[in-house]
Amino acid sequence: MAVRKRVEEIGKKRPVTVEINGQKYAFEVEPRLLLVHYIREYAGLTGTHIGCDTTNCGACTVLMDFNGKWKAIKSCTMFAVQANGKRIITIEGLAKDGELHPLQKAFWEHHGLQCGYCTPGMILAAAGYLMINPNPTEMEVRHGISGNLCRCTGYQNIVKAILAAAEEIRSSGKPVIE
Amino acid sequence: MIPRKFEYLAPNTLAQALNMLRKYRDAKILSGGMSLIPMMKLRLVSPQYVIDINNIKGLSYIKMVGKTIRIGALTRHADIEHSPLIREKLPMLAEAAEVIADQQVRNLGTFCGSLAHADPAADWPANVLALDADMVIQGAGKRVVKASKFFKGPFETALKPTEILREVSIPIPDGPKVGQAYLKFERKAGDFATVGVASVLVLDKNNKIVRAGIGVTAVAPAPYKAVKAEQVLVGNVPSKELVEEAANAAAEMSDPSSDLRGSAEYKREMTKVFTRRSLKKALERAGVSI
Repeated sequence: MAVRKRVEEIGKKRPVTVEINGQKYAFEVEPRLLLVHYIREYAGLTGTHIGCDTTNCGACTVLMDFNGKWKAIKSCTMFAVQANGKRIITIEGLAKDGELHPLQKAFWEHHGLQCGYCTPGMILAAAGYLMINPNPTEMEVRHGISGNLCRCTGYQNIVKAILAAAEEIRSSGKPVIE
Repeated sequence: MIPRKFEYLAPNTLAQALNMLRKYRDAKILSGGMSLIPMMKLRLVSPQYVIDINNIKGLSYIKMVGKTIRIGALTRHADIEHSPLIREKLPMLAEAAEVIADQQVRNLGTFCGSLAHADPAADWPANVLALDADMVIQGAGKRVVKASKFFKGPFETALKPTEILREVSIPIPDGPKVGQAYLKFERKAGDFATVGVASVLVLDKNNKIVRAGIGVTAVAPAPYKAVKAEQVLVGNVPSKELVEEAANAAAEMSDPSSDLRGSAEYKREMTKVFTRRSLKKALERAGVSI
């Protein structure tokens, strides 16, 4: 085994540029910085929450652009350096021109939240899932959000809200994320 | 949770990545990161160098070459879940992909990364064992290892520290009647398996089993090919008794440990139950009733 280098020699800060909600952010960060900390502490966007910090709860879910396709990922399980040059959408980027996104509206109307802690992750996981399956059954919605934990609602109203939003998005003819 | 400091390397070619592996000995390959990053955060591993292979072009693919399906090093679980080619030729893999963790994890985690990580309770190993896949390993040269010789123990494979699992080549099961199934027993949605059993059966026109592949995960230090159960099946016409005998043989080969997911005795019993159900489902899909 090679001798371990002195700590100060490795893992130096490096520039990382990420486009969040259409705006470019550039900061010098350590390679070990997690994307969720970059979003919250560097970009100052605290709508993305940290729940379990162990890839279980989904509170840190954001959308990331993979070759033109938005996909839901858990930002506590990616290093910020991996997101260098990438585009992401957080909960702050969903409403357009003062108008709530259909998912946000549906969560409001169907009481899809109580304390609200899981809500940003829940909504972005739902957005990610509706892009895969725009016309889901109730069971499919439950499977789609199985990576997100809510300790208040018992999920009933979250599922109702996502089904209602799916219908609203389909009838509007617009994509889930414009 | 903050991992220990490390140097981040992002090669653009496989050759560069392999050079880095040779040069920096305390290094880990980062593909999906769904196992590596949590382990780094818990400081169960603290590599000095992390080699991110996500910028290497041409490693993400699912393609048919002759009578095989080839899956590349950067192919994600979600790619397999939604691939029409997989649904047609290897439906068992789509079935397995659906029950791995959750949507977000499947969007990042990779098939080859999971196999190289070799968690003893992961889903993919059972599948590649049942399908008799070839593991294509790239180091200084290229070598191919059968899935049955790949898994050595918990988190231990035939891979050397200077090698990368660059592709898995899976022979498409072929014959008059083919049935495949992956059945997973989990405590809660997205959990690791309490037991998982993958079955591939090929039968001739007279319903005689000509090929049987059974892979079992989570009930031994390493996932295993239930060779004894396969031997029970091959050459025979399936019946309830034969399936039961094979299920018993698969369970006999298990070596589970007691943990939060159940006692060793319980897991051995569940290995029998899920082997039976997995074989029955494969037979049903082959259009054979017993």
